[in-house]
Amino acid sequence: MTVPTHHPGDTLLIDYAGGALGEAASLIVATHLALCPCCRLNVAEMEAVGGALLESIEPEEVDPACLETVLARLDDLPPLPRVPRPKLVCQPAEVPLLPEPLRRYVGGDLSRLPWKRLMRGMDCYDIPLGSGSGYDSARRGKARLMRLASGVGPPHHTHRGIELTLVLDGGFTDDLGQFARGDLSVADDSVRHRPVADEEGCLCLAVTDAPLRFTGALGLILNPFVKF
Amino acid sequence: MRAETALPKTCPKKTCPKKTCPKTWMQDLGSPAAGADRTFEELLTAVGRNRDRAAFAALFGHFAPRLKAYLRRQGCDAGGAEELVQDVMLLVWRRAETYDPSQASAATWMFTIARNRRIDALRREQRPEIDPADPTLVPDPVESADDGVAARETAGRLRAALRTLPPEQADLLRLAYFEDKPHSLISAEQGIPLGTVKSRLRLAMERLRKAMRDSR
Repeated sequence: MTVPTHHPGDTLLIDYAGGALGEAASLIVATHLALCPCCRLNVAEMEAVGGALLESIEPEEVDPACLETVLARLDDLPPLPRVPRPKLVCQPAEVPLLPEPLRRYVGGDLSRLPWKRLMRGMDCYDIPLGSGSGYDSARRGKARLMRLASGVGPPHHTHRGIELTLVLDGGFTDDLGQFARGDLSVADDSVRHRPVADEEGCLCLAVTDAPLRFTGALGLILNPFVKF
Repeated sequence: MRAETALPKTCPKKTCPKKTCPKTWMQDLGSPAAGADRTFEELLTAVGRNRDRAAFAALFGHFAPRLKAYLRRQGCDAGGAEELVQDVMLLVWRRAETYDPSQASAATWMFTIARNRRIDALRREQRPEIDPADPTLVPDPVESADDGVAARETAGRLRAALRTLPPEQADLLRLAYFEDKPHSLISAEQGIPLGTVKSRLRLAMERLRKAMRDSR
């Protein structure tokens, strides 16, 4: 089993471990983690740093009634089931192509998704995020599945903001190198690149985190995979 | 279900964590003693196994004021923070059974629960995470029993390393973990160039990682 060679890098993983990333960027980082044991270890260590920081924070006094309230409610609450997922009787014949948590968002059967054609050889599916009203969608970012035929790439252009692209099947090549399953490309406005799908085509997850959070400017979601 | 809360101290289960967990960090480098003779990891395990209310109260006494401070820095007012602290502690009670002391210190486990709860409550967003049982997950390379895990969770060494970080690195680290802001926004707000923010965070993480991995 090959492991990825292009990784999110420490700062993005710290943002994920600390919980500062929006949902779209968290989705792509977590899906990379499913395919990359090395970044999983990094995140576990970064969460340990979060634990150590929590230990060292200046405590704030809590109303003593709080403990009473909580203790009074304990008996109403049964423990959550130890492993809340159904166990399969036998292993599935095939390992699903899409790892969790992505599979939960788009389902296991790509052929059933309502793909939208962007141009010849390029289809997309916008992934619904979140759970209804009351959220700040600009902050959440945007996530999209992209399917590219061999040799196809988005039109050349410049952009601002940050874009994250994770290869799920096949691969693509750009100025930064060759990207295969599990590889995550991180590009910001310092990078000018024109990805082109490899011979076997390319299925990828493309994410733009909220531009507001990255540039302080309104509008302009500019991932070449996302902006159409 | 809940009669076990009154289990006497001689309950044989109480000795299980040490028996089943070959790791040594809990004994010599784990969290500071929680007033009594038990570490926070042992207290949390007791809550999970025995529904131990005294252990839960001790955990509350230590962590609730820290969780409140954490949530206040995320933008909660005092009342809202206390309500969320109660939510988090109730989740701790309900999930304690799933706590594995060989995987994380008590503080780390509480941190992840508080982080996810506040993303849910304050942002109304989901927190996408891996599923360890997913057949598609690329497994960890084979490692010896103590490798990785023990190194990851040497809480004492980590805390010591944190205290010796240069202030400009420690400050940025706190902003990144406590202010709900990605490094790019920290850069904009603090007027520090993005490259500087990144390199300081990277340097800080390298030192902390070294402390965690060297403790093997």
